[in-house]
This record gives sequence, C-alpha cells and structure tokens, in this order.
Amino acid sequence: MKLPAILRLSPKAVPYVLLSPFVFLFLVFGLFPLLFSLYLAFQSWEPTSGLNSMSFVGFDNFVFALKDEWFWKSLKNTGWLALAAGVPQHLIAIPLAYFIHTSFRRLRNTVVGVYFMPYITSSVAIAILFSSLFSTDFGLINIGIKTLSAIPGMASLMPASPIDWMNDADNIKPAIAVLVFWRYVGFNVVLYLAALQTIPDDIYEAATMDGASRVQKFLYITLPSLKPMIFFAVTLSVIGGLQLFEEPFILTGGRGGSDQAGMTTAIYLYRMAFDFNDFGAASAMSWLLFIVIAALTLITNRAFRPRSSAST
Amino acid sequence: MLLEPTTTTKTKTIKTEAKRVIYGLLLWGVAQGALAQHTLTVAAYPAVDEIVKSAIPAWKKLHPTVDIKVVSRQFVDHHTAMTTALSTSAYLPDVMVLEVGYLGRFAQGGGLEDLSRPPYDIKRFQTRFVPYAYQQATNRRGAVVAAPADIGPGTLLYRADILAKAGVSEAELTQSWDGYVAAGAKIKLATGANLLSHARDMKDIVIRSGILPGEGLYFDNQSNVLVTSPRFVRAFELARRVRQQKLDARVGTWTADWNEGFKRGTIATQMTGAWLAGHLNTWLAPNTKGSWRAAQLPEGAFAAYGGTFYSIPRGAAPERKQLAWEFIQLMTMNREIQVSAFKAQDAFPALLEIYDDSFFEQPIAFLGGQTARLGWRTAAKRITAVDVHKQDAFAEEVINTELDKVLDRGKDITIALADAQRLLQQRANR
Repeated sequence: MKLPAILRLSPKAVPYVLLSPFVFLFLVFGLFPLLFSLYLAFQSWEPTSGLNSMSFVGFDNFVFALKDEWFWKSLKNTGWLALAAGVPQHLIAIPLAYFIHTSFRRLRNTVVGVYFMPYITSSVAIAILFSSLFSTDFGLINIGIKTLSAIPGMASLMPASPIDWMNDADNIKPAIAVLVFWRYVGFNVVLYLAALQTIPDDIYEAATMDGASRVQKFLYITLPSLKPMIFFAVTLSVIGGLQLFEEPFILTGGRGGSDQAGMTTAIYLYRMAFDFNDFGAASAMSWLLFIVIAALTLITNRAFRPRSSAST
Repeated sequence: MLLEPTTTTKTKTIKTEAKRVIYGLLLWGVAQGALAQHTLTVAAYPAVDEIVKSAIPAWKKLHPTVDIKVVSRQFVDHHTAMTTALSTSAYLPDVMVLEVGYLGRFAQGGGLEDLSRPPYDIKRFQTRFVPYAYQQATNRRGAVVAAPADIGPGTLLYRADILAKAGVSEAELTQSWDGYVAAGAKIKLATGANLLSHARDMKDIVIRSGILPGEGLYFDNQSNVLVTSPRFVRAFELARRVRQQKLDARVGTWTADWNEGFKRGTIATQMTGAWLAGHLNTWLAPNTKGSWRAAQLPEGAFAAYGGTFYSIPRGAAPERKQLAWEFIQLMTMNREIQVSAFKAQDAFPALLEIYDDSFFEQPIAFLGGQTARLGWRTAAKRITAVDVHKQDAFAEEVINTELDKVLDRGKDITIALADAQRLLQQRANR
C-alpha cells in the first residue's frame, strides 16, 4: 500500500529527515553545552539565583584558574594517573594480544571476552568491588599481603601494618591506577587483536623460512605493523586518561581523597561547579583542560604518525 | 470519473477524523491543565520522601482536590537537580526540600522565596521553632528562605560495655576534651578499641566551639578568613594528639570500614547527630543493641548535625505558591505529623510545642533503655546557629586537607593553618 502523498518524502528531504534525530541530539547535548560553557567561562554566576544573575567578568575566571593551586594539583594528578594507568595498558595489551593471537584458536573469543568484561561492567559495581578489596582492615588485598608475609622469608618484603589504600594520599593514586589499568587493558587487547588479524600470514611464513624466532617475528613484523593501531589506541588512552572521572570519583566518594591525591581535573571542575558553586571558574577550567588534551593529542599524533602520511 | 467521488468521500472522512483527534487532544490538554492546577509537586530525598508521603492523608483532609506528587531522588542527586532547576528556572517543584548543608548555599542566592514577607509572614511563627534552626534558614540579608522541619542535635554515642571494661565513666568522657582523649587512651589500653572513627570528627566539633558573634565557621561577616584563630589551633592539636596516641580508627563516616567498626565493636564512641542511633539500630549495627548510650558532647559543646527544611522556589508556579505554603505549614507545624515523623523516621522535630510530648520520655531499647531524647531536647535548645559563607564547602575541604597533612605527614600546625588561610583568602571574595 502506498502512503498518501502528504506523508511521502521528497528524495531531497530524505537525508535531512533521517539525519535530524542525530543533529537534534547533537545540538542539544553536544553543541549547546559546549557553547554555553564557553559563555559561562566569561561570567560570574550564582547559579541558584537563575540565569539573570550572570555578570560578565572578562578573563577573570581563566586568570583565577591559572593561579589556583588546586587546579595545577589536579592536572598533576591527572597526568600521573594517565601515565601510570595508561602506559602499562599498552605494554601489557600488545604482547597479550600477540600471545592470544598465536596461542589460542578455539578458545580465543572466550579469552578475549574475559579480558573485555571489565570494560563493559558498570563503573559503580567495579568501584564497590574495589572499595571492599582496598579496605584497610577487612580488604582482600591486605589480607593477601598478610598471608604472604606469614611465609618464611617474605615478612621483610611485606609492610608491617595493613596498608591504608583509600585514606593515605600516597596510596590513593596507585589504587586508582590499578583499577583503571584493569578496566581498560581488555579494550586495548581487542584493538590490537583486530590489528593483528590484518597482518598477512605470508610475512610470518617467510620469516619462519628465514629462521626468525618468535621474539624476532614479534619485534620486526608485528610491532611495526601495529603502529597505526598503536597511534589510535594511545590517542584514545590520552584523551580518556585526561578526562578520567568515574573511577576515582566513585572510589574516593566524589571528593578526590585525602590531600586531593585522587582528584583529577575532571573531578575538580565538577566539584567547582556543583560543590563549590563556581560555574564560571569550572567552565574556564574545562576549556583549559581542552587545550591540554588538544596539545597532547597533537604530540601523540606527531610521535606515532606513520612515516608515509607524515611526508604528505 | 468513478474515482473522483470516492476520493472526496475519503478526504472528508480523513478531515472529520482529524477534527476529532484535534478536539480530543484539546480536551485532553484542558483536562491536564485542570489536573495540573490540583497537583502540588514536592521534591525530596530519602527518608523525607517517606515523611511527605505519610502526610498525604492529612493533606487530603484539608484539600481533597489537591494531589501531592513526590519527586524523590538520592540525596546528592536531589540537590544537584535542585541547583540545576533553580539556575534555569525550569521544572521547579512547588515545594523544595533542602538539607541544611545545601540550604546555606542556596540561601545566598535569590532563588528561594523570602518567607518572612507577605503573604507567608513566617516571622509570626518564629517562636514555635527551635531558635537555631530558624536562624539557619535566615540569610545575611535577613530573608527567611525556608521553614525547618527536623534537626540533628549533636550527641556523643558511646559503647557502655567497652567503657565498663576499661573502667571509664561517662563523666570522664565528657568533662573536657583533654579528659576525652585521656579516657580514649585507657579504653585503647584495656580493650584495644579505638576512641573514635577519625580524628577529624573531633576537629569538626572543636572548631564549632567558641564562635564569636559576627563570625561564621571559617569566615567572618566581612569575609575575613578565621582559620588561624585559637579554636582551629586547639582543634588541630587535639586531633593530632588523638592520632599520635593511635586512638582513632582512621576511617571516614559512611564507609564500609566505619560500618564494620561499629559491628565489631572496634569504635567505642561516635560524635554525631541524634539520628545515628536510629541508623545503628536498623542497619549499621543492630547486633550491638543495648550496648550503646548517649551523652552530651564533651566540654559542654553543642553542635548541629544536619536538618531538613522546606522552601518555595521563587520561579515556581505563582498560582500554587499559596498551596505550597499551606503544605509547608502542615509539614513543619502540625503536631501529629511532626510526632509521627519523629517516631517513624527518627526525624528530631524542629517544632518546640511538641517538646512536651510523652515520646521524649520513652526509653530507647537500642540505648539500653536510656531516655536519651530528653538530653537531645536540651541540646536542641542550646545549639546556636553559625553564619554561613558561600565558600564554606571549599573551606571545609581545605581544612580537612591540611589536617590530613598534620596527622599523616607531621606537618607543623601553624604552617598548615597559614597555608589554609592563604588558599582561602584567594577565594573569600569570589
């Protein structure tokens, strides 16, 4: 049955109509907040007084943010966590993907699924699980350490008293880094596995004929072939690492932990807005963070860009 | 030729159908409008939402045609949603429930109705409320932005069995802060239990003692920073002594370790709002029933821990503001509702006229049959309100950070407080 003429779309309108849900959502949830936060970055605003209470303050919020010790502290924390959680992700994921690729056949998907599982598990569930793992007196990690120290000869290597993971500023960052590493390593394994599958088998066969060892094949065939994927995965890690929010937020009860040791910039600007009521400074900080992310992505691009495209 | 009349008939039918649909929609819209006029939206969080729901029958007796719609969110989500609603003046509830910690912040802005002005004129009811709670709802401009419903008089809960084992009396615990710490050392030695969950809890009370008129907790009314004053030095020194003598469990409130500490009896005392006794009884540590007792805070300190307030957003629908005010009066000034909230949810009333209710004299089984509500009633009358500053939340964070450095890293107290002072001065006038 044909639709009435009034309901029929002209071929010219079809792309626009089909695109419109995305465009609408993008405008509302993407572009508008972006522009509004840029506008807010130049305003002083007591949010509970309504939109009319804004007043233009020029670059005051940016100046304040750049002079704010806690903003710099949060940037340092973010950088530390991005490195400590990000670098091992790739150092482990690449060999692990290679191992899975070469050693598993029928069980491969199951093994990949197991590694990928943390990535799709709810952050809240993960944070609750890790909170109890990291508990000082009753946590499995400290109980494990205690059990290990009972083994003859191990006592000197283990701490004498239980480690205060979540309240001691020195321990919060490593605890968060472990969680982030655990959560995203599987995602990177999947990326690298996908890239490994595109490397033609004949190259490996030729190398085998030439007497190359497994390690040599990994170093001279696999790694160079993976470079475009490494660029992609590292870029994702840089962006994700610098925007890190959920895991430390839930693990530190939304406060950033003792001495703000687990307070990333994303957490700080959230707190600036919703806890400390300073939406102007929070918006300015978010744009400063954007500049940092853009700069680091550019550097990553320079470092990993394939030679061929670098010359073009 | 034959086709034409059929098409016309079809078009007519479609037009008639369309008209019906449009009329139907219009009618539905009018009905919704009429309905909307008779629905009062109340935004709340647990367990205030329960209190509101249980008051609906009483409300229906007064206004049979006006429904109450309770929009409930988790505590933090609720206040974030209210901040957003006030900032955009969109989706504002008719009645907004606020916790005291947020009330101070919201009161600084102009988003809430001043209930001291007509037609509300809350001042005529001022003497019916606990003085400090009414004061908490009053901002620096003298506007009263909310009506108090329940309060959290501070109390010292302690494990009578652990104290008995250590040979420590209640008087030793409460006479002075020095005595409290000394008692803690005895308890630790005799039983191994910690005096309190975190040294920070002690600092929180001591900085609230001895606040001069015109002063807030961290700033005075001229936005001068007060964190190097003697009350902060003393609070930090006492907290450090607690830590040095290993008398605190080093666990934050509402954490799994805190909960376990209560269950396993490794925390001997807790300074908190009176409502915690109810939480301990129902879910935190029901196994310790009968072992706890309540006392006043050490050294005659009186402090408030939380409290619930009802307010009307300025941008809410004007035609329902009168109804909203009537609802607020019902929730905050109706004897039956206040008493039933007290009984069901441990919501300690802000309404003075029910302080003679027999419920205050009833023994509390969880506290070994103690008539603890009488002590809390005394405390409620003696607490004084503290001026709120818009940077209080940040100041609290800074002070806690510096205290952590003193406790964990051995930072000098004078330097720590000077660092806090410098950081707060940068923000004092933002």
